[in-house]
Amino acid sequence: MKINLPPQKDIRYDPITTSSEWSFELIREFDRVIGEAAREFRLDTYPNQIEIISSEQMMDAYSSVGMPVGYHHWSFGKQFLQTQGNYERGYMGLAYEIVINSNPCIAYLMEENTMAMQALVIAHACYGHNSFFKNNYLFKTWTDATAIIDYLVFAKDYVAKCESRYGVPAVEKILDSCHALQNYGVDRYKRPSPISAAEELARQEEREAYMQQQLNLLWRTIPTRSEEGEQKKSNHFPSEPQENLLYFIEKNAPLLEPWQRELVRIVRKIAQYFYPQRQTQVMNEGWASFWHYTLMHTMYDRGYVNEGFMFEFLSSHSAVIYQPPYDSKIYSGLNPYTLGFNIYSDLRRMCENPTDEDREWFPDVAGKDWLDTLHFAMENFKDESFIQQYLSPKVMRDMRLFCIYDDDELPEYEIRAIHDDSGYRTLRAALAEQYNLSTREPDIQVIDVNLRGDRSLILKHTRHNNIPLNKETDEVLKHVHRLWGFDVHLESYNADKLIAHASVPTGLKSEEESHLDQFRYI
Amino acid sequence: MINTYVIDRRLNGKNKSAVNRKRFLERYKKHIKKAVNEAVNSRSITDMEHGESISIPADDIREPIFGHGPGGRRTIVNPGNKEFVTGDRIAKPPGGGGQGQGGGQASDSGEGMDDFTFNITQDEFLEFLFEDLELPNLVRKELKSMDDFVYRHAGYTNTGVPAKINVVRSLKNAHARRIALSGKSRRRLKEILKSIEEEEAKDSALRNLQFLQDLNHEKERLETKISRLPFIDDFDLRYNLSAKEPVPSNAAVMFCLMDVSGSMTQATKDIAKRFFLLLYMFLRRNYEKIEVVFIRHHTSAKEEEEEEFFYSRETGGTIVSSALRMMQSIVNERYPTNAWNIYAAQASDGDNWNDDSPLCQRLLEQEILPHVQYFSYIEITPRDHQALWHAYEQVKESHPNHFAMEQIVDQSDIFPVFRQLFQRKVT
Repeated sequence: MKINLPPQKDIRYDPITTSSEWSFELIREFDRVIGEAAREFRLDTYPNQIEIISSEQMMDAYSSVGMPVGYHHWSFGKQFLQTQGNYERGYMGLAYEIVINSNPCIAYLMEENTMAMQALVIAHACYGHNSFFKNNYLFKTWTDATAIIDYLVFAKDYVAKCESRYGVPAVEKILDSCHALQNYGVDRYKRPSPISAAEELARQEEREAYMQQQLNLLWRTIPTRSEEGEQKKSNHFPSEPQENLLYFIEKNAPLLEPWQRELVRIVRKIAQYFYPQRQTQVMNEGWASFWHYTLMHTMYDRGYVNEGFMFEFLSSHSAVIYQPPYDSKIYSGLNPYTLGFNIYSDLRRMCENPTDEDREWFPDVAGKDWLDTLHFAMENFKDESFIQQYLSPKVMRDMRLFCIYDDDELPEYEIRAIHDDSGYRTLRAALAEQYNLSTREPDIQVIDVNLRGDRSLILKHTRHNNIPLNKETDEVLKHVHRLWGFDVHLESYNADKLIAHASVPTGLKSEEESHLDQFRYI
Repeated sequence: MINTYVIDRRLNGKNKSAVNRKRFLERYKKHIKKAVNEAVNSRSITDMEHGESISIPADDIREPIFGHGPGGRRTIVNPGNKEFVTGDRIAKPPGGGGQGQGGGQASDSGEGMDDFTFNITQDEFLEFLFEDLELPNLVRKELKSMDDFVYRHAGYTNTGVPAKINVVRSLKNAHARRIALSGKSRRRLKEILKSIEEEEAKDSALRNLQFLQDLNHEKERLETKISRLPFIDDFDLRYNLSAKEPVPSNAAVMFCLMDVSGSMTQATKDIAKRFFLLLYMFLRRNYEKIEVVFIRHHTSAKEEEEEEFFYSRETGGTIVSSALRMMQSIVNERYPTNAWNIYAAQASDGDNWNDDSPLCQRLLEQEILPHVQYFSYIEITPRDHQALWHAYEQVKESHPNHFAMEQIVDQSDIFPVFRQLFQRKVT
């Protein structure tokens, strides 16, 4: 196959290097020129901290979700062994980089990368992801990049302190249970107070005392005279359903020790920190891919890199944004890099070369300033709303998207929409919904606690499209039970009709249960 | 504007996950141990030098979370349409139930996961193999081997190597010296500053300019004098002092007594060698300073080096007591019982010259057992026991805490018997 690169438009410089070996000087030089171009495109970033690591260190980074510090837990060890095994058997390559939403923004580069790869990664992570972290509203609202490293250090020390005081198994049990619920440890609508380690430490002891006192009020068993009348009026607790299960448990579980509550809090806070990343995968990866592509071409246009360098870059780039079709053996869902890259690229095209279709579908975009448009799109959306807002008919056609409807009560799949005039809107709405976290995960909330009786906790699962819970549910309920300390019931509703019920009663004495009991008397 | 820092982290430790990995191994110990025990029986005699691949069923290792199961109504968007048009209906694959579409939601259920497989190192392999095993009745004997030391912190000293400098102490000294040596000058400087202030506060007509100039001159002189004092000087330096302290050691010796007589077939010899190899590895690994004495016997006994013990070929008739006598004389010569923990392991097919077995019993009961911590005997035979076994049974009755015996029929018994003999006893 013959590929021609377009002619360089604006040659002002000699290539920085023609070798594929990297060196620290070259990395600094590439960072300088890429950074210069990034600023011309108004990419506003945190300072960068580029760390060169070996492949073993990359595996370490993998197993701690990229975090430079983290508390110890067996599940991270499992993750590590899994990565190591897959890597050594050649089932997977390691990522070229990992980037952390912190200030300064830490990016890990692998020493095995060639110079062209390092340049790609610098453009992708240090300018693409970094500017996304700093400017997307979800990250601005929910995470505090300056505090996260300190908080992780606090968490690590606190967990270690608990381990030495109460023993590793006791701490591990609580963390296991919290991990089972970590997707239910986030506030979706309320803005949390930013976390800062210094404050955290100072407030932590105060909190222990205060919380215990609050609890005692809630669980007071000796009724006072005046209360009895009152009780009839407000015997419902919580007064409104609570979707942040870990928060509810941290504040209200009757039997947890103060240190156990603090562990719940730590898992909850870290889950909250990752929540924006889970909601902006397409946007974030698309943004970073769009910019590595654009920045590298700018480097080429200016003569900083030669054609050989560009060919290597383009072959990596096309591997990253390759989307196998649905019937391919290696198909595993939509590639967020591809989808995001295509949407951003098409936004730029609509601004620069609008067609009639674009003017009809996107009057606010067609022919406008492309940088303004892209920055606005990056800053103000999450995956779901971004797709709903910006997925254009051209991208749907190019990717040949189609929508399947699958009802388990029907013998056939139905093609609901394809990439044609009648299907664009349906397709776009369906794809946006696919990235809606609140329908991707089951809707489970605390609706009632039996305050004066057996102290049981009642969770309500509201079925979406009649989709049932998976078979791990019972196991998760045992974890809820371990934290709550009393009976836990889960009721599954479909359109206000109770259709399934699961319980972990205290009386049950299976093997798992009996060590739950042990836990209770710690 | 420098906005980027490039850091080389490659020199940092690469074992950040070591603790988490260890926690994982600890948690799934039961599974790993089972795999290790199975592996040790199937490995060849010299093949203990590598790790092992361990498999754990995916179900045992899953971290459960709430998620959607199969079923319900779903709408899935896929790429790469070729021939579908709106309204097409496609029959579902039988029994598939919507799985295998690979769409976002279907993959959440995590079905069809393989076993979780990972590798442990040789070191870990042996650790799991020899876990909970120990030499019974080990006691601290007198301070024998004087090469066992610990370094203890023992204050500070004026001389030492730079690596041992105690920074805090040294700076404290420097600070004290600076205060002491500059005291007079600083007092004088203070007075002069005060005089300067007073002089300058006077009305300009009354000011004695010459006096003021002298004062300033003096002030400068004092200030340079103070600043000339070295911040840190050689004799400020203090070094951490460590003292060597001898520690009592658990000096121990293991006697390996192996029968190589003609009645031992190649298979039984192989089993005996495997047993001793296991024992030898266990000792090397868990008891760094232990000495091992190898004795082989047919009609006469001979002390051997490790290499010969395991690999040389030599046969003849059988007189078991020759080995016991040899052991006894070596103990008397080289291992005084007040300084040494003495252990012995004996392997034989149970064949002995008939008159010899009572002699063995007497030797053991009277000469050997009073001085040893533990004597273990394994008999490798699928046949009925003979005189030696019955003689030893009596020994066992009279010395239940210091004598143990087990039978090995085939290769798969080796490790279980080994465990049985050296199981850590809960006291």
